[in-house]
Amino acid sequence: MIDVKHLTKWYGRVLAVDDISFHVDKGMIVGFLGPNGAGKSTTLKILTCYQPATRGKVTIAGHDVLTESLEVRSDIGYMPEAVPLYPEMRVNELLMFRAALRDIPPAQRQTAIDRVAERCWLSKPDNVMRRRVGELSRGYKQRVGLAEAMLHNPPVLVLDEPTIGLDPNQIRAMRELIQELGADHTIILSSHILAEVEQTCGDIIVIAGGRIVAAGTTEALRKKVGTAAQITAELKGAEPPELAKAVAGLEGVQRVDHSPIGGWTRLTLKCDDKADRRAEVYRLVSEKGWQLRELRSTVGTLEDFFVQVTYEQNMQTAQRMAQ
Amino acid sequence: MRKTLTLARRELMACFVSPIAYIIGAGFLLLSAGWFFVNIRIGGEASLRPLFDGMAVIMVLAIPLLTMGLLSREFDRGTIETLMTSPVTDTQVILGKFAGVMAFYLVLLASTVVFLGLMIAYGRPDPGVALTGYLGMILLGAAYVSVGLFASTLTRHQIVSAIVAIAILASLVILMGFIVRMGLRPWDVLADHLNAMKYFKDFSRGVFDTRGLIYFLSVTALFLFLSVKTLESRRWR
Repeated sequence: MIDVKHLTKWYGRVLAVDDISFHVDKGMIVGFLGPNGAGKSTTLKILTCYQPATRGKVTIAGHDVLTESLEVRSDIGYMPEAVPLYPEMRVNELLMFRAALRDIPPAQRQTAIDRVAERCWLSKPDNVMRRRVGELSRGYKQRVGLAEAMLHNPPVLVLDEPTIGLDPNQIRAMRELIQELGADHTIILSSHILAEVEQTCGDIIVIAGGRIVAAGTTEALRKKVGTAAQITAELKGAEPPELAKAVAGLEGVQRVDHSPIGGWTRLTLKCDDKADRRAEVYRLVSEKGWQLRELRSTVGTLEDFFVQVTYEQNMQTAQRMAQ
Repeated sequence: MRKTLTLARRELMACFVSPIAYIIGAGFLLLSAGWFFVNIRIGGEASLRPLFDGMAVIMVLAIPLLTMGLLSREFDRGTIETLMTSPVTDTQVILGKFAGVMAFYLVLLASTVVFLGLMIAYGRPDPGVALTGYLGMILLGAAYVSVGLFASTLTRHQIVSAIVAIAILASLVILMGFIVRMGLRPWDVLADHLNAMKYFKDFSRGVFDTRGLIYFLSVTALFLFLSVKTLESRRWR
């Protein structure tokens, strides 16, 4: 459905997107995840024909974004990042205007508007269709933006930060709506919040510093991520350096840090792999006759992975641009 | 064509709900009414000529204030993004905006018919002058609006756009006349050809000259073309 090959975008001397390629199949909900300034919005702007790429080829439903721009634009519903709307128009006027621009025949416009108004909670429970857009709250504006994007029932929906600025209830509602829409639309959405993408999207593309640093289904990424385990133990019974040295002697322990905590010593063990080594630690402690009050093992989360890869990628991009 | 009309209708509607358009309309009518009164009192002549000439100069200020937001506001609010990702061409956007403001301008112009009515009540104005005068005002308005529209495609700041438009119009309408009068050879020959007032004065005298027609239509076409090109070029920056 969406095919991106070697996409590169320079803004003057700033490299925003650096040679990225990906493919999205029909019916997928793909999350574009990355820190601010990673190149998410730029990529989406190129997909929606708002900006051309410096290099690379993008096709949507078989149409090239450069040479068949009008066809591509007809196939896409786009909600830009800040949800720009005309504040002086009433909601129904705005949707009517969009419907006319979207080639919906006059006789079907009202039906199309009623359909999206209901789906985006603009007519129920409170009816805001007659209100001016400028008077609406942020949450309602976001819904109007989404209604606008869905109006012509496009096969592809591109949503840039769809939940930013919403309150927790609205975020949940928006997430459910996106999942519902996923049944008959191909959706690309961007976000800098991992939890959100994890819950809404079947596939994740992690982008940082203009490059794709990881991509795949949420499950596959989670598996891949499983970095080395870390064990935290709080004990008492000997001098801190001595405790640390003894624990460091255990098999598979790479590094041990110690810090005092109210008369106790907290040891942080970095292990070689994912294996759980709490039993070995306990055995050592009981052999030595020390006291133990906490022992817990944590495996790296997707969040840690996200922070780590984006940080590394940002450093690399900074270096590339400096060259 | 249908999309151009849709865009024009939205633009006209935006004019009617915005206080700026009303303020400009009221300001224009107030100034031209004052000018009309002074001319009748001092000139003591039921002639439409000074009224038309005065309105042509007042429009140098009024039209840029009407057109300044056309695209600048879209850039500033970001609505340009949803507009340009809809299946509309750059030409449709420019023509739609042009037609929308032209419609508002025609409404404004129609309200000056009051002056004509007053003149008919108290004197006998030449109907030929009224006809060519209004035709001239429409042609002149189209040229002014296209200049204003062009200035609006250049920047996201409405004030900058208004200043640029006023500068271009003032140089065509006022500055060229000065250069001609100063007699700076060879520039005065060129300035004479570019002087908008020279062509407009034919219309306001009751003369229909195709040179004037061609001049105003060319200026309109040129600036509409430039507007489409600057709008296109934003995609490449």
